[in-house]
Amino acid sequence: MRGKGIWSSVVEVLAAPARLWPRLQLRALFYRPRGDSPIKRLFIHLALWVACLIAVYPVLRVVTISLRPANKLLTTSLAIIPEDATLANYMELLFGRPGRPTEFYLWIWNSLVITVTTATIGLLLSATAAYAFSRFRFPGRNAGLIFLLSTQMFPAAMLLLPLFIMISRLGLINSYLGLVIAYSVTAVPFSIWMLKGYYDTIPRDLEEAALIDGASRLGVLWHIIRPLSTPALAIAFLFNFMSSWNEYIVARIILNKREMYTWPLGLWTFTEQYTVLWGKFAAASILVAVPVTLLFLYSSRWLISGLTLGGVKE
Amino acid sequence: MGALTPSLMIRSLGQVLGFVFAIAVVLALLEGYVYLLFFRRPRSLPSAVFARGVQSAIAILLVLLTLRFLDRMGLVADLVAAWGLTPVVTLPERLWDAWAALTPMPWRLILPPVAVLVLEAAIYLTGEPRPSRLGLAYVLVLPALVGISFLIIIPFLFEVRLAFSNMAMYTAQNPQFGLQYGIENFIKVFTGPVAKDATFFEVLGRTVLWTVINVSLHVTGGLILALLLNRSMRLRGLYRTILILPWAVPSTITAMAWRNEFDFRYGFFNILLRNAQQFFTDLAAQTQTLPLIYDLFNWLSQAIHPVPWRQDPTWAFISVVMTNVWLGIPFMMVVILGGLQSISQEYYEAAEIDGASKWQQFRHITLPLLRPVLVPATILGTVWTFNRFEVIYLVTQGGPQEKTDILVSSLYKAIFQFYRYGFSAAFALVIFLILLLWSIIYLRITRGLRGVYE
Repeated sequence: MRGKGIWSSVVEVLAAPARLWPRLQLRALFYRPRGDSPIKRLFIHLALWVACLIAVYPVLRVVTISLRPANKLLTTSLAIIPEDATLANYMELLFGRPGRPTEFYLWIWNSLVITVTTATIGLLLSATAAYAFSRFRFPGRNAGLIFLLSTQMFPAAMLLLPLFIMISRLGLINSYLGLVIAYSVTAVPFSIWMLKGYYDTIPRDLEEAALIDGASRLGVLWHIIRPLSTPALAIAFLFNFMSSWNEYIVARIILNKREMYTWPLGLWTFTEQYTVLWGKFAAASILVAVPVTLLFLYSSRWLISGLTLGGVKE
Repeated sequence: MGALTPSLMIRSLGQVLGFVFAIAVVLALLEGYVYLLFFRRPRSLPSAVFARGVQSAIAILLVLLTLRFLDRMGLVADLVAAWGLTPVVTLPERLWDAWAALTPMPWRLILPPVAVLVLEAAIYLTGEPRPSRLGLAYVLVLPALVGISFLIIIPFLFEVRLAFSNMAMYTAQNPQFGLQYGIENFIKVFTGPVAKDATFFEVLGRTVLWTVINVSLHVTGGLILALLLNRSMRLRGLYRTILILPWAVPSTITAMAWRNEFDFRYGFFNILLRNAQQFFTDLAAQTQTLPLIYDLFNWLSQAIHPVPWRQDPTWAFISVVMTNVWLGIPFMMVVILGGLQSISQEYYEAAEIDGASKWQQFRHITLPLLRPVLVPATILGTVWTFNRFEVIYLVTQGGPQEKTDILVSSLYKAIFQFYRYGFSAAFALVIFLILLLWSIIYLRITRGLRGVYE
């Protein structure tokens, strides 16, 4: 502040907001991206509010049902927070009833074991192959790629029958491994396809430079590609995790013993009993859905980029 | 019936970790085998004899094991019996029994892989390096090749074989194979009911309708939301997050939630409709003196009424479509939003200067530039919707009277409710051919496999 009195600098500091104010105001009131008028913007917000309401309302209804006391489950009220809201359903689910321990943790555990194993096997079998498909030109490559592309188009349901018979002949009905095998059918080709898309985006210059410097191809794979591909591996893992975590239909035919149930099957038992336990069903849904939804939302940016790398690519 | 206990946790962990470990060991040994084939050359004649001998022995063993696996699955059982191959195919098992009689338990499992490893090490040490251009590619592809053979190729061949068999509930253990069974199965697919009542063409028509309605609504809805979101405004992040919720929440849960909303008495839609009806009835009662307005309200109070979502086929179909549209819009929205963001603002500015209207800008800038995103997303969306029967299964279970079944859900019923295995395999192959045709069209539209080969 050389050459200026202390007051002038004080004035300057004090005046700063005043000088900024018009700009701030302009931003807030008159900033019109692509020339949208205030009324148009109002309508846009209104439309988005309606869309958000539609997106969120069915989920909110599940919350409502989970909070209802047992004697008021069936009601025609549309209130989001029900009368006499209670956490009894959650309590029973988390801590069980006297003399009847809760099965909730067992189902979550079963799901967790099956899903993590599937996702791991998916990566174990696919990571190196995806790299080969991305970088090497070998006989059989094009056929392999067309094959992989077509596996993206045909559902697991197509192979459900032979897989079911094979799994039952191997004695793997009602076991973790049976379901892991059934889920790997989609997890493995999907992971290869997605990871290949990712490796394609890594510039080859890095590897070529390393090769010229005398590194071996395996050395390049280990020292350059492996550290670079960690995020892609994480995405593929997450994807396989998500798709098997929420799966119901295949689990239903492979697992029919109650203590082997994954959580979707477990939840379904609430609706199959003589008196439908909607409250418990809804509470369990919320307990399962909250962490998974948060995980999805948190990772959605990468998940979506991964999906567009693999599947939606022209 | 019980709680989660530590011992149970340890047991289940042991099971899956053992499985993953076994796969890893087998793959490592196979990798070693392929590596030696490509990258090692025997140094002398004795070492060549040794190496090739061991390698052929392992190869023969692998072939035998695979054959035995196929035989156990019942895939080649009749051929093995017909050609008198039983002693050959069961050789690995007899070897294993002899081995098991000799050794106690942990060594029984540990020694064979160690032995293979030692043999591979011996081949490595008696050989010299050999350059190989393609070897590494095959070494890298091997795990996926093994996995996909067992997970996809063998099951697919099995399905083809099953389609030519009379396998059903009572012949599940010893089905007969033959061309005449196959012809019979395929004829039945096109003439008989595919599940209980519905015929193939009826279900096919419904599947096409289901796919077209869903995908067009997904794309339209996603496009509208993406266009609304594609501007700088307040709360944009919040809107985006809330709008992906239907995709983010596990669909098992949301499908069940929607199913409840279609309940005649307690479902959301009927409550709403009932309230609306009540509202108009009251209005009509109050406006009895005003002729035209009374007629309008009276008509409305009769036109709006609760809907039998579960009993009426048309309403049941509408209910599943509503659910699936709700579930599918966020994906399209996100994909299209990504496409919109990659379009440069300069095009719009230039168009503005030239005096183009908003609609012209959308028609001649946005849509053409979105094409590379829209075309593959639409076509993949079509295939996914075609195949996705989870929603149908959870919301209506195909009912009433199979009037909401699509092809894949009928297939599921034919297998797991009616146990018509041979027929179902033929049915699955027909669905497969339909999808194959569609994929060929897809590849034509997107100009072949341009993106694939690069």
